[in-house]
Amino acid sequence: MVNTIVSILFDGLAWAMFLFIVSIGLSVTMGLMGFVNLAHGAFAMAGGYLVLTTMSAWGVPFLAALAITFVVVGAASVLFERALYARLYGAGELDQVLMTIGLTFMAIATYTYFYGPLTHAVRIPDYLAGQITIGARSFPAYRVFLIVVGAALVAALWYGFDRTNIGAKIRASVDNRRMAQSVGIDVDLLFTITFAVGSGLAALGGGLAIQLLGLTPNFAIIYLVFFLLVVAVGGSGSIWGTLVGALVLGMADTAGKYFFSDAGTFAIYAVAVLILLFKPTGLYGRE
Amino acid sequence: MDANKSLPSSAGGEIAVERARGAGLLVRRDRFRPAEALPWLAALAAFFIFPNQMVLGNQTLIMILFALSLDLILGYAGIVTLGHAAFFGLGAYGAALLITDFGWSEPISGLVCGALVAAIAGFLSGWLLLRYRGLAFLVLTLSTTIMLQQSGNLFRDFTGGYDGIPGVNIAPLFGHFDYDIYGHTYYLYCLGVLLIVFYCMRRIVYSPFGRALVGIRENIDRMNALGSPVHWRLVVAYTISAAVAGIAGALFAQTNAFVTLGVFDFDQSAAVLVMLILGGAGWLYGAFIGAALYMVLQNELAKASPAFWQFGIGLLLIGVVLFVRRGTLPRMLNVSRLLRWRTQP
Repeated sequence: MVNTIVSILFDGLAWAMFLFIVSIGLSVTMGLMGFVNLAHGAFAMAGGYLVLTTMSAWGVPFLAALAITFVVVGAASVLFERALYARLYGAGELDQVLMTIGLTFMAIATYTYFYGPLTHAVRIPDYLAGQITIGARSFPAYRVFLIVVGAALVAALWYGFDRTNIGAKIRASVDNRRMAQSVGIDVDLLFTITFAVGSGLAALGGGLAIQLLGLTPNFAIIYLVFFLLVVAVGGSGSIWGTLVGALVLGMADTAGKYFFSDAGTFAIYAVAVLILLFKPTGLYGRE
Repeated sequence: MDANKSLPSSAGGEIAVERARGAGLLVRRDRFRPAEALPWLAALAAFFIFPNQMVLGNQTLIMILFALSLDLILGYAGIVTLGHAAFFGLGAYGAALLITDFGWSEPISGLVCGALVAAIAGFLSGWLLLRYRGLAFLVLTLSTTIMLQQSGNLFRDFTGGYDGIPGVNIAPLFGHFDYDIYGHTYYLYCLGVLLIVFYCMRRIVYSPFGRALVGIRENIDRMNALGSPVHWRLVVAYTISAAVAGIAGALFAQTNAFVTLGVFDFDQSAAVLVMLILGGAGWLYGAFIGAALYMVLQNELAKASPAFWQFGIGLLLIGVVLFVRRGTLPRMLNVSRLLRWRTQP
């Protein structure tokens, strides 16, 4: 029984870290501009394929490939943000939903065309492939790695949000965008920066997820729902909200799959819907 | 009337004439125009010109009906949902299970059964969910649809799971008209159902209830302040919309003789949204233009490669949102003038 609980906590934590890494960008986008970005999953998918290509075609090591992906997809996302997203900041959610669904369709089609519809796997380095023994138990090294990366990112993002000047500006803009603008904060520039970092992190998450989930073009839609759930449950624009949302849903999903394997991912939706019914703005959201 | 009296008599006469003209326009707003026969003539023409394309024609008519159901809540009441496939799917399963599990194969009662199942789900979920807005509503509609799909898989003894239900064979229509393999009877059956449902929808959107929905779309706070029962109006609209989507789903199950849990896919919810937007939301005929355009394009482009089709529809969608602005495609083609001045969503 203890073993079971430890397994669920461990796997749930690893899964939650993945959800957090990808969702944090979506959460800040929602909080800062109220933008419903359904193409966020497409950035994660693009990251996955970039990791795949850099590793197999150019022989880049795994960790370096992740770093390259973060930078390249983050930089590329600025083009999309300036050319497409910026036009719809004042628009209704319907226009945003439609534009980003369109973008997702185009991304899926493009990647299907070049990579085919089949599942791709990635060769992870040997030091991440085995088991790591902690105390009396051994854990899969890759999941330990995922948890470590996630924890490091949480710490880095916390520092960035809570301790730096730009973090303070972001928090101010999430709280009250018009007030922030009137005291001279360049919210548009801020948004471009956070959008790039958020998309880069999504891509990083996509690269990390290949080993866990496999990679197909449909990644962009299948897991998008989870990212949306995390943001909605956590409350948009809050780093702690996203972390708590990811932890709650990651654990619920793992436990649900473990105890009711027939029901598939039912548990994650049930928990999310229950929380949203009582807290429509999310656990850490403002009314 | 009072304002009229306070004006000088010479201007008052003109204003009275203008006012009478305005009132006349309001009264005749819902009068049928000759051009409104066009979609129906086109559908009949397609029946005679492309007798070998009836399967595509069928699917198109069903998607028109599905998009029409979405128009009531999206185009008129302004509710953006990502889970409309739930009602389509429930309708399909309602009609299919009536045949395979209960052995009742009369088609019209199958439609009624599908509509009822979907309407009950629409009423319950609408009552519960329509108090939420924004991201919460999007995520809730999306999640409940996926939960429905997964419960379908969980009770696979009853629903057949992802393998689906084969052998959804309906009895001859009115006990007399049997079905040919080219789908001619199916086509006329779908067209008849579409005509009846369309007439009802048209009555609804031009009724005071329909006006109230537009009021909610334009300014929900003001409707609340006016004392309009906003929540209940939305629930009723949502229920009607669900029932119509259920009819579309039931027709889908009956004419394909097969249904799988794929009907609950997010792609399905997205596709119907895309169709409605392509044709323009909020004037009923958007469903006709959008669904026909979508189905024909899909048929042609997917022949070349499914990836081309998906890329094309994505590009079209972004183009419509950014450059044409939603729903003005028909206005550009100047068909809304012919059919009806549409209400701006």
